[in-house]
Amino acid sequence: MEARLKIRNTKSLLFKGLIVFLAFLITIPLIVVLLYIIKQGVMQVNWHFLTHVPAPVGEPGGGIANALVGSILMVAVATIIAIPVGILSGIYLSENPSTKLAYYSGLCVDILQGVPSIVIGIVVYLWIVKPAGTFSAISGSVALAIMMLPIVIRSTEQTLRLLPPSLKEAALSLGVPYHRVIIKVIVPCGFSGILSGIMLSVARIIGETAPLLFTALGNSFLSYSMKKPMESLPHLIYTYATSPYDDWHNLAWGASFILLMFVLILNIVTKLITRKWNIQL
Amino acid sequence: MEHTVISSSKFNAWFGDNHVVKDVSIAIEKNQVIAVMGPSGCGKTTFLRCINRMHELIPGATAKGSLKLYDDEIYQMNPIYVRYKIGMVFQRPNPFPNLSIYDNVIAGYKLNGLKMPKADFDNIVEKSLTSAALWKEVKDSLHKKGTFLSGGQQQRLCIARAIAMEPEVILFDEPTSALDPISTSSVEQLFHELKENYTLIIVTHNMQQAARVSDKTAFFYMGELVEFDDTKQMFTAPSDVRTQNYITGRFS
Ligand SMILES: Nc1ncnc2c1ncn2[C@@H]1O[C@H](COP(=O)(O)OP(=O)(O)OP(=O)(O)O)[C@@H](O)[C@H]1O
Ligand SMILES: [Mg+2]
Repeated sequence: MEARLKIRNTKSLLFKGLIVFLAFLITIPLIVVLLYIIKQGVMQVNWHFLTHVPAPVGEPGGGIANALVGSILMVAVATIIAIPVGILSGIYLSENPSTKLAYYSGLCVDILQGVPSIVIGIVVYLWIVKPAGTFSAISGSVALAIMMLPIVIRSTEQTLRLLPPSLKEAALSLGVPYHRVIIKVIVPCGFSGILSGIMLSVARIIGETAPLLFTALGNSFLSYSMKKPMESLPHLIYTYATSPYDDWHNLAWGASFILLMFVLILNIVTKLITRKWNIQL
Repeated sequence: MEHTVISSSKFNAWFGDNHVVKDVSIAIEKNQVIAVMGPSGCGKTTFLRCINRMHELIPGATAKGSLKLYDDEIYQMNPIYVRYKIGMVFQRPNPFPNLSIYDNVIAGYKLNGLKMPKADFDNIVEKSLTSAALWKEVKDSLHKKGTFLSGGQQQRLCIARAIAMEPEVILFDEPTSALDPISTSSVEQLFHELKENYTLIIVTHNMQQAARVSDKTAFFYMGELVEFDDTKQMFTAPSDVRTQNYITGRFS
C-alpha cells in the first residue's frame, strides 16, 4: 500500500515536471525572438527616426515617418469602419440567436475569420482598387476593417450573451423602449468586453502586410491622403528587410521594434481595461 | 368608497399552443395587498406579466380577453405607458450594475431620457429610498454602485426604483424568495407601508407571508383562478376543495 502510493506520487510529480518543462520550452524561442528584435531595433529608434522618411540608398539617416503615419491613419479609419458594423452585428447575434439570419451570419463570421488575409486583399483589390483605377489608403483600411470584423462581432456577441436576461427585463419593466435598453443598459454593461475586443482586433491587424499589398501598396514619401497609396509599418518591414542594403535592414529592425511596442501596449491596455472597468454583475 | 384598479374578465394567455392562463376574471381594489398563490407552473407569473405587458416580450406569447387599468383596456394602451403606471419587482434583485444607487432609483427617468432639474431628482431619490426603507442605510453612499449592497438591500433598491415612477400598481413576483429571513421581514414590513399609496400584487409560495401581508388572496390552479377572497377567509374556510388541499399541504 505504502509503496503503491509512493509510486503514484512520483508519477504525478514526473508528469507535473514534464508539463512545466514543456511550457518553459515553448516560451524560450518566443523570448529569444522578442529579445533579438528589441536588441536590433531599439538602437535605431530616436526622434530623427520617427520624424523622417527613409533616406535613399547610400545616404545616412532616414526614418519611418511615412510608415508610422500610414499605419496609424489606416488602422484608425479601419477601426472607425469596423466598430459600428461589428458592434451592431454583435448585438443582433446576441439578441436574436435563434433566427435563420443569425445562423447564417454567424457562419459567415466564422468563415471570414478563417479566410487568409491575402485573399481579403485580393477581394478588396477587385472591389475598390480596380474600379477606382488606383491603389489607395482607403482600400487598405477597408481590407483591414474586414479583418477586424469577425473579432469585434464575436467578442461583442459573447460579452452581451453573458449578461443576465433579468437586466433587460428590469429596464423594459420601467417602460424603457427596446432601442434605449440596448443603448443605455446592455451596451454599457458589456462595455469592457466590447472595448477589449476592439483593442485585440487592432492588435491583430496592425501587423498585417498581405491585405495591404494590393490595396494601400506602399509609398516612400509621407502622404496623408486616403485616396493615394500609403506606406505602413508591416509593408515597410517587408520591403526593407528583403532589400540587399544594411541601412535598410536597420530601418526594418527599428520598424519591427515600434510595431512590437504597439502590440505590447495594446495588449497591456486591454488587460487593464478588462480589470478596471469590468462591471460586477 | 372602494375603487377598482385592475380588473380582468375572461382573460387568457398562451405560450404558443400552451394555454397557461384560462378565463381569469378578477377585480382588484385600490390600496390593497393581493397575494397570488398556487402550485408551481399554474400561471401566476404569466398572469402577473400580462398586467404590465411584459408577457408579450417572450416570442410566441399571446393574450386575449379583457384586462383593465381603471377603465382603460391595458392591451389597447401603449405598453410603455402601461409599464410607467404598473411597476414590477422581480424574484432576484436586479439593480443596474452600471449605475450608482442614486441613478438606479431614477433609472426609469434616466433611461427614458426624461430630464428634470437636479433638485427634483434629489427629491425623488430621497423620497423613494425613504419609502423603500433604505434611505438611512445608503444616504452616505448614494454614488456607489448598487451592486455593492446586500441582497435584501438590493431588493429594496429595486422597490425604490419602481416607486420612483409613482405607479398605480406594483407587481411583485416572489420578491423574497432569494432573500434571507431578516431581509425578508424588512421587505414584508415595507408592504404595509406601501399599501398607503399603492396597490400591491404579490406572487408568493410562502403561506405565512401571504397571511401576514395580504388583504386578499387569489388562488390559481392549472391556469384558472379558483378562488379570490379575503385572506383570513381563505385560510380559515376556503370554499373550493382545491384551495383547501393546497393550504393543508395535500399537494404542492
Ligand atoms: N418563457 C416561457 N416559454 C414557454 N412556456 C413558458 C414560459 N414561461 C412559462 N411557461 C409555461 O407556462 C406555464 C406557467 O408558468 P408560470 O411561470 O406562469 O408559472 P408560475 O405559476 O409562476 O410557477 P412558479 O410558481 O414555478 O413560478 C408553465 O407550464 C410553463 O411551462
Ligand atoms: Mg413564477
